[in-house]
Amino acid sequence: MDIFGDIPWYIYFAAMILKVLVAFVFVLLTVAYATYAERKLIGFMQVRIGPNRTGPIGLLQPIADGIKLFFKEEIIPAQASKFAFVLAPLVALVPAFISFAVIPFGDSIQIAGYKFPLQIAAYADKAGTVYDLNIGVLYILAMASLGVYGIVLAGWSSNSKYSLLGGLRASAQMISYELAAGLAIVCVFMVSQSLSLQAIVADQSGLFGWYIFRNPFLFVAGIIFFICSLAEINRTPFDLPEAETELVSGFCTEYSSMKYAMFFMAEYANMVTVCAVMTTLFLGGWHGPLPSVLNFIAKVYVLMFVCMWIRATYPRYRYDQLMKLGWKVFLPITLFLIMGNAIWMTLFK
Amino acid sequence: MDTIAIPAINLAVIAPEVVLSVVAMALLLINVFVKSEQKGYLGYLSIAGILGTLLMLIPAWGSSVEGFSGTIIQDNFAIFFKVIFLISAAMSILITDKYLEREGCNQGEIYPLILFATVGMMLMASGTDLMTIFLGLEVLSVSLYVLAGFNRNNIKSNEAGLKYFLLGAFSTGFLLYGMALTYGATGTTKIAKIASYIAMNGVSSSNLMLVAGMILMSTGFAFKVAAAPFHMWTPDVYEGAPTPMTAFMSVGPKAAGFAAFARVLLVALPALKPEWSSLLWVLAVLTMTVGNITALYQQNIKRMLAYSSIAHAGYILVGFTAGNAVGTAGILFYMLSYAFMNIGAFAIIILVGKKGEENSNVSDYAGFGYRHPVLGIAFCIFLFSLAGIPPAAGFIGKFYLFSGAIQAGYIWLAVIGVLNSAASVYYYLRVMVFMYFKEPTEDFEWVKLTPAFVLCLLIAVIGVLVPGVLPGLFLELAQKAVLM
Amino acid sequence: METLFFLIVAAIAVICSLMVVTNKNPINSALSLIMTFFCLATLYVMLEAPFMAAIQVIVYAGAIMVLIVFVIMLLNIKSEAGRRTSHALFMGISVGLLLLVQTWYLLVKSSLSSVRGTVDSAMISKVGHTELIGKSLFTDFLLPFEITSILLLVAIVGAVVLSKKKL
Repeated sequence: MDIFGDIPWYIYFAAMILKVLVAFVFVLLTVAYATYAERKLIGFMQVRIGPNRTGPIGLLQPIADGIKLFFKEEIIPAQASKFAFVLAPLVALVPAFISFAVIPFGDSIQIAGYKFPLQIAAYADKAGTVYDLNIGVLYILAMASLGVYGIVLAGWSSNSKYSLLGGLRASAQMISYELAAGLAIVCVFMVSQSLSLQAIVADQSGLFGWYIFRNPFLFVAGIIFFICSLAEINRTPFDLPEAETELVSGFCTEYSSMKYAMFFMAEYANMVTVCAVMTTLFLGGWHGPLPSVLNFIAKVYVLMFVCMWIRATYPRYRYDQLMKLGWKVFLPITLFLIMGNAIWMTLFK
Repeated sequence: MDTIAIPAINLAVIAPEVVLSVVAMALLLINVFVKSEQKGYLGYLSIAGILGTLLMLIPAWGSSVEGFSGTIIQDNFAIFFKVIFLISAAMSILITDKYLEREGCNQGEIYPLILFATVGMMLMASGTDLMTIFLGLEVLSVSLYVLAGFNRNNIKSNEAGLKYFLLGAFSTGFLLYGMALTYGATGTTKIAKIASYIAMNGVSSSNLMLVAGMILMSTGFAFKVAAAPFHMWTPDVYEGAPTPMTAFMSVGPKAAGFAAFARVLLVALPALKPEWSSLLWVLAVLTMTVGNITALYQQNIKRMLAYSSIAHAGYILVGFTAGNAVGTAGILFYMLSYAFMNIGAFAIIILVGKKGEENSNVSDYAGFGYRHPVLGIAFCIFLFSLAGIPPAAGFIGKFYLFSGAIQAGYIWLAVIGVLNSAASVYYYLRVMVFMYFKEPTEDFEWVKLTPAFVLCLLIAVIGVLVPGVLPGLFLELAQKAVLM
Repeated sequence: METLFFLIVAAIAVICSLMVVTNKNPINSALSLIMTFFCLATLYVMLEAPFMAAIQVIVYAGAIMVLIVFVIMLLNIKSEAGRRTSHALFMGISVGLLLLVQTWYLLVKSSLSSVRGTVDSAMISKVGHTELIGKSLFTDFLLPFEITSILLLVAIVGAVVLSKKKL
């Protein structure tokens, strides 16, 4: 079995399962406490207190929320397409989690003579060479592009006009912004000359090794990528698919109980993923002064704080403005950035 | 990382295509600033672009230059066909403006689309890589789908566009599958390398992968040239499409299809000649017979010409089946003269039509010959040429196609061809009977010639009569352009 | 283990593609088609073509199918009206059987000798699949690659010409 390299298969499997568990638990915990943190933060920013009743300073709030949603009644509307209606929350949740499979969340560690890269879809042979999915970035883009199905299906199968409008908005929005986000990443490929996330992170040691500080074009590309990602995961100020002032609750209007909770989790899991991808591609991955995993977590949390900050600060875009921004502003800018980056790289080799 | 060594590019090979595409893109931009009544000027600009391209092609005659690591070639064969494409595009553009104005769909995008279609055809004629040929075909087809449905207010035009698109996409699948199998069997998409691989490794008809590839590619090309039994789309599309585009579609793409077909079969797969010539034999007989017999029953003149164009594809397939120098020269000569006669005939059909009424029934032509004697004579010349009656060019072309078949030993094929040709005289003559021997029911006073139409008809008449009376020069050119 | 995995994926692909054509509800058909694309992507990965797999998912499952679903939703096509005629079913089955027999004949009776190219597993793991594709796009297939730009332009112009409300 050459796919395991020269490592015994039981060690290989044990390491894999452990890595999956750690990453999964980390994302789940982050998701749970991101909801709490967001409410608390926005509370502070709006001079309110936020949740403070459940446990000390409201720390048990996410668990209470979970239990509440778990025990609520499941409602499937009579006119809904049942199969798609049940499928939709799953389809929304899964891509959000499996993107994490290719993100390196720490430096390789040595245990008992074997080397283990802290990335789920990667392994090292005895010589210490690390192999990972060599199209990691494309994998992330692919998974991101699948996230839309959950929302579209939810919107269509609910058989409600608010849901349908939400679903339509979501699909148009995600396709539009995927393009600009993908083109912004092209600038990263040009510098890294690899699609493997291990290679991309390895190339970014030192503060000025971070891609975002490499040249002015990459700096802009990084910011655009972050904004486009926000739009792709329907975060404020681009949360039109669930704009509560116009569409009740958008695509998840008809959902209740755990299915609703799954959409909610998908949204926050997507946020974690986007911040992790942003960290990996532009902000040096796990490089930094602290131990590698802590660097990574710190960067992801800072970015998530920025997301929440943006939510507390900016009003929602109008739909036509959103489309205009995607197609007429970001798309041309990213194309220009690719050109500029190429010229910069030729001039300052 | 090691740098990529970009191979020799040789831009000179694709210079004509580049010029034409740049003109088309410039026209797209200019179109935005042109008022609706003045869109006709875009037509003249595009004709200027076509003339410029022609001027670039003529000096290249006689040489054979490759470029882009063997994906494209500029040889006499390609140049001959490119001239046909450019002429047919220019003549179609001449008759487009007035038609669009009359039908009220005067949008300037039609000219760039015609030019892009022409670029696609040129790439097909000079592509020496299956990928180049395929992409050229796609550029051509996508433009044609749009051109067929260009008159958006007319439901028949919509139908034509949609039908052509659906069937065309389907046939593209066949073509691509054939290319994939050929690639699998020979490991390359370059036409010259396919031939040399087959010659070196002795791959022959025993390798069914290759044979299946050949058959599937033939299917795809047969669809594009409207050969029976893949002709079903032709009448509906030709009838529904705006008439100038029908004229364009019946000439240029057919020639392009034959050019690519010829290059694939004659250059890449000469080893399979026994297989493909028997396949083409059947196709040729079917195409001629189905086209001619169905044309006999048509009342609508656009449909009649559609079936007649199917029949003409059949005649060309006769020359193709022969696969020798005479037959191939015949194909080239025939395509050239067919361009003139068919576009000429369609120009007159446009003139007879009115807004909303195409007047395309044969009975609408009653007495036309008396009311407009000059146009009547011109129409007769085109119809005579289509029927293959001397001294028009159509006769010489058919003569060469059939004599090529006889030389190659396909006597029966030639006999069937001549019989078909004789049958076709009936339906062409029927139009003339209506024009001259029936009492006029209309006064035809709406038929007004514009300078552009006069120019188009003049070119068409000259193009039909001069090669018909003095075939020597043109045949010599065609013989120099033969692939072998 | 690889064969087993292949069989599972292939079975899912075949079942899903059957569902595409037999399903009455267009959305479910579209979903089955997406599933088929996924299985294809998986097969690409097994053929050591990860780049193709990613592109398959991004382009087909992630973009084209979204548009198809989008259109179905906008037109609000519920279910196919009326049953297919048995006539069509009969023709479909007979043509399908014919193709099956042909394929069988092709596989059994003839040489399907093909060429082994220069690209193999060792080369892919050394150079990288993406790099190989990129290299051949910029050398051997430079011209076809450039022609696609014209093709896309034509398609865009065509779509605008045919569908823009007011030109």
